[in-house]
Amino acid sequence: MRLRALCDGWLGRLCIATLLAISGPAMAYQLDDWQSVLAEARGQHVYFNAWGGDPAINGYIDWVAERMAAEHGVTLTHVKLGDTAEAVSRVLAEKAAGNTDDGAIDLIWINGENFAAMKENALLYGPWAERLPRFALTRPEANPEVREDFTLPTEGLEAPWGKAQLTFYYDSARVDEPPRSIPALLDWARTHPGRFTYPLVPDFLGSSFLKQALLGLVDDREPLYHPVDDADFAAISAPLWQYLDALHPYLWREGEHFPTSGAALRQLMGDGELSLAFTFTPSEPAVAVANYQLPPTTRSYVLDGGTLGNVHFVAIPFNASHKAGALVLANFLLSPEAQARKRDPDGWGDASVLAMEALSEHQRAAFEDAGDNPASLPAGALGNTLAEPHPSWMERLERAWQARYGAQ
Amino acid sequence: MRPALHVALVRTAPWLAIALLGLPVAAGLAGVIAPAFGWLPALGGHAPTLEHWRSLGEQPGLLAMIALSYTSGLASAALALAIVALFLGVFLHSRWFGLVQRLLSPLLAVPHAAAAIGLAFLLSPSGLASRLVSPWPSGWQYPPDYLFPGDPYGLALVLGLTLKEVPFLLLMSLAALPQCQASERLRVARALGYRPLAGFLKAVMPGLYPLLRLPIYAVIAFASSVVDVALILGPNTPPPLAVAVMRWLSDPDLTTRFMASAAALLQFAVTLAALASWWLLERLVATTLRDWPSDGRRRFAERLGTALGGGLIALTLLLILASLGGLVLWSLAAYWPFPQAWPHPLTAGNWLRGASGFIDPLVQAALIAGAATLIALVLVVGALEAETFRRRPPGTGVQWLLYLPLLVPPVAFLFGLVSLQTQAGLTPGPMAVIGGHAIFVLPYVFLSLAESYRRLDPRWTQLARSLGASPAGVFWRVRLPLLTTPLLTAAAVGVAVSIGQYLPTLLLGAGRVSTITTEAVALASGGDRRLTAVYALLQLLLPALGFALALGLPRLLFRRRAGLLSRS
Amino acid sequence: MTPSDSLTLESIRIARGSTPLLALDSVVAPGEIVTVMGPSGVGKSTLLAYIAGFLPAAFSASGSVRLGDRELNALPAETRHVGLLFQDPLLFPHLSVAGNLGFGMRAGGSRRQRRRRIDAALDEVGLGGHAERDPATLSGGQKARVALLRVLLSRPRAMLLDEPFSKLDTALRDDLRRLVFARVRERNLPTLMVTHDAADAEAAGGRVIELALPPAG
Repeated sequence: MRLRALCDGWLGRLCIATLLAISGPAMAYQLDDWQSVLAEARGQHVYFNAWGGDPAINGYIDWVAERMAAEHGVTLTHVKLGDTAEAVSRVLAEKAAGNTDDGAIDLIWINGENFAAMKENALLYGPWAERLPRFALTRPEANPEVREDFTLPTEGLEAPWGKAQLTFYYDSARVDEPPRSIPALLDWARTHPGRFTYPLVPDFLGSSFLKQALLGLVDDREPLYHPVDDADFAAISAPLWQYLDALHPYLWREGEHFPTSGAALRQLMGDGELSLAFTFTPSEPAVAVANYQLPPTTRSYVLDGGTLGNVHFVAIPFNASHKAGALVLANFLLSPEAQARKRDPDGWGDASVLAMEALSEHQRAAFEDAGDNPASLPAGALGNTLAEPHPSWMERLERAWQARYGAQ
Repeated sequence: MRPALHVALVRTAPWLAIALLGLPVAAGLAGVIAPAFGWLPALGGHAPTLEHWRSLGEQPGLLAMIALSYTSGLASAALALAIVALFLGVFLHSRWFGLVQRLLSPLLAVPHAAAAIGLAFLLSPSGLASRLVSPWPSGWQYPPDYLFPGDPYGLALVLGLTLKEVPFLLLMSLAALPQCQASERLRVARALGYRPLAGFLKAVMPGLYPLLRLPIYAVIAFASSVVDVALILGPNTPPPLAVAVMRWLSDPDLTTRFMASAAALLQFAVTLAALASWWLLERLVATTLRDWPSDGRRRFAERLGTALGGGLIALTLLLILASLGGLVLWSLAAYWPFPQAWPHPLTAGNWLRGASGFIDPLVQAALIAGAATLIALVLVVGALEAETFRRRPPGTGVQWLLYLPLLVPPVAFLFGLVSLQTQAGLTPGPMAVIGGHAIFVLPYVFLSLAESYRRLDPRWTQLARSLGASPAGVFWRVRLPLLTTPLLTAAAVGVAVSIGQYLPTLLLGAGRVSTITTEAVALASGGDRRLTAVYALLQLLLPALGFALALGLPRLLFRRRAGLLSRS
Repeated sequence: MTPSDSLTLESIRIARGSTPLLALDSVVAPGEIVTVMGPSGVGKSTLLAYIAGFLPAAFSASGSVRLGDRELNALPAETRHVGLLFQDPLLFPHLSVAGNLGFGMRAGGSRRQRRRRIDAALDEVGLGGHAERDPATLSGGQKARVALLRVLLSRPRAMLLDEPFSKLDTALRDDLRRLVFARVRERNLPTLMVTHDAADAEAAGGRVIELALPPAG
């Protein structure tokens, strides 16, 4: 009460002035005036929350930090997460506690499911992504996937960063001819019992396997691209359950136990317990061979009918403290220089989201393939991508899987 | 220090401790209870409802999850206690005692997750044990396909937890043995013709057990709600409840959080149920065995007991050391295919790859652990000193509050804590992290120190006071020096606990504070076992240093004071 | 208060819970050694604890304890100036012999002066040259003597002896009795000794108070 009285009195003006001084500069840039964003960003300290499980990716972000400091005077800290949900938790707790403009997270590397949830709960800042100067380099009219995350329109709430595609890999010392379709996989498993499995649903890669299998088993894929509520889930998913019922007895540990993540799946390949596995990062097998994690006889391929592909994005939480710095960072991540470096198979090896025709000859040269690592995909193998089904399918499939196999 | 000031400071310590724990625990619990009943406006929950409990009840395998958490908590505690009791019974008066004590105490420093990773590698189908018998004599060219670890009964989980709890209980016993005059009791019993095991169980155990009760409760609470070890060694179709809670809490579909909060409360109840069961078991054993110590029989399965006591402790040591050895091998391994039992070629590449930035996180972790442990130590010593002012024995109510952070699953508890932090306007950063760590460190420091402090012979104080020392003088010049070893042990335990904290560091520091553990966990999520091994070994460094200091410093400081060293 | 004050115990009543244990009225003159005897459980040690200011929580007591005309009941233990000697020597294991004696001495004087007094005290009891020793390395008789010196150096106004000789073997016991009693008398201290050993009482040569267990019920 006494404080209140003070504020009402002669200190009142001072209080208001202080409040203004605190909240004032947050609005000091205009998205349409990129110079004002750059000016506001200079000197800011941006906290980029991104999964930290891969030293190659961490190394790439370290490089980005150096360039950001040199070019834009922005200090970048990579907050290494074990799981993106940890960052979502933090934003949610901040919102619950009424923190609307002083959030601890400035930029967050996000996948479709987390995006859908954060968008639905108004935890994201924006729209901003399509107003980044370099967004045009992705040629969105020709490449609609940079505007859609799991069929959800991004509406400018997140900016594309890289591309992933489901890629299979096997140990050629133990497997002559790997299965090239979902039905062939079942036959292969019958003759190689215990040598294949998929990560525990609802792990992202595990759930992706369900979608890949479903896409490979249904005759009509159209309903999968609309909300699941509009479809006859039981009828459409029936072939999948039939397939899994037949497959599980031939899985690793007879389907009674599942690796908890894609990383654990790769580890099992390295231990020789499996001879066939898959990943969402096409460069992963080659990188893992170089790190001694996979046998040198590892080879990669994609299924004949194509595999799931998606774009991964970065987003800004609604209450980020350093939005201008985050914007400049997101724009830098889209630069030809950063995208080419990201694609380097000796580093991260993540595919570019830029449209080659939007680049100059000189810029394009940096993307020319140099590596001929035998564990890499053969040239041209990528590209035959299947679009992700509507996110509501993922949830329903996960729940149905849990009910059938989650508690045996 | 003026006497009045000393008294005033000491009297505030218990209240500070209660505030440090009570406020965050209350906020943490509120952050779970409210969403469990439908209240979380940030996610559109505005009306109380039981809906989320209903959907929790419909989760497939819920009963199996509860059973797994409950049984693994009780079974591992019982097993660890049995191993420690048999070991003490058989070896207390033998020359092996000192050796095992020296070997086992530093193993307490091994982080839970690192021990679990090591054990998983040792026993899995492609693990070291299986490699040693392959291809000859097993005939395995490729790893066999058996379900361990991860067996549906949680046996691997119980094994892993037991291995970590044995060193902890043993360390607690070592502190308690002099307090209950174990050696004298055993000597009397043996002079009366009792064989060692019978003498120990009948004459020493009744005095020792009450001193071990709280550590055992802590072990049960920890084991029934553990996440990291269960992720590595436990089954996953379905997993133990705590793992499921964590999974639901991190579900991308944010509305799952309501049910996850209900599940966190359920987990709390399961832990309480496990504790209550143990309490009932205690009563039952006490009643059934009331007349056993005085039935005059002087032998108790001596031969079997000796074999078991020796065999089990040797097995425990062997498994922990082999797990550590496996980690060391992995940290040096290039591609290491099955069935090679020895990695070839060896490489320093993994260490170099990891080396790019572990100095900073290591220093950060050390500073935070030091500060959090200091806070906890000051408050705990203050609270215990305040007890000496009162003429009544300490109440148990406040003590239970101290253990609350051990009982609530941290995943659930931390959400409320972060909300509190934000509401209180505490900037995320090292200070908030230190405070958060202190919450989790304090119960363990209390656990390690309380009995030694309370059971210090009161005649020391009486003597010093009658020689004219003030209460402050007695505290600084008599009690603290006499308790040097327990104080340092408690500090080492505190440091080990602090180093092990992942979620509090990440969430309260908003990721801006990176310690060796946050780096280790983030890298472990990438599944590169070589890097994981490097970081697990680095993580082990600080607590190991702490325990080495706790054991070595008193010997150095008091090298000419034999009476002080033999007491502890 | 002068060194020749007597220790007055006026209508002392000690009870455990609601069970009365002992009742005592007595004045111990300066230099007098009063022996308190009685069966175990009668509350002998509790009486000493009450006088020294450490009554355990399970007991209640009433009555007045005075040293000269100074009322002790309300004073904290460290200002009562009542010296205590237990059956165990209880030398602080973290301090050297000199450190233990220094702990007992009142503050004041230079380091060298204090040290000279410690050395002199040790010489007097035949322990010259033991100042830097670790107490754990002393024999039982040596420890007992250091414990006595420590109390005496604290300049008590009265002494309480709690079965101080019961842990020593017979030969040492006689020696130490003589030493303690001589020092106590020399300093004119009123002394209360609790013991089981009739020989102690005989050697003290003073009054003997026999305590009896209260009637059952």
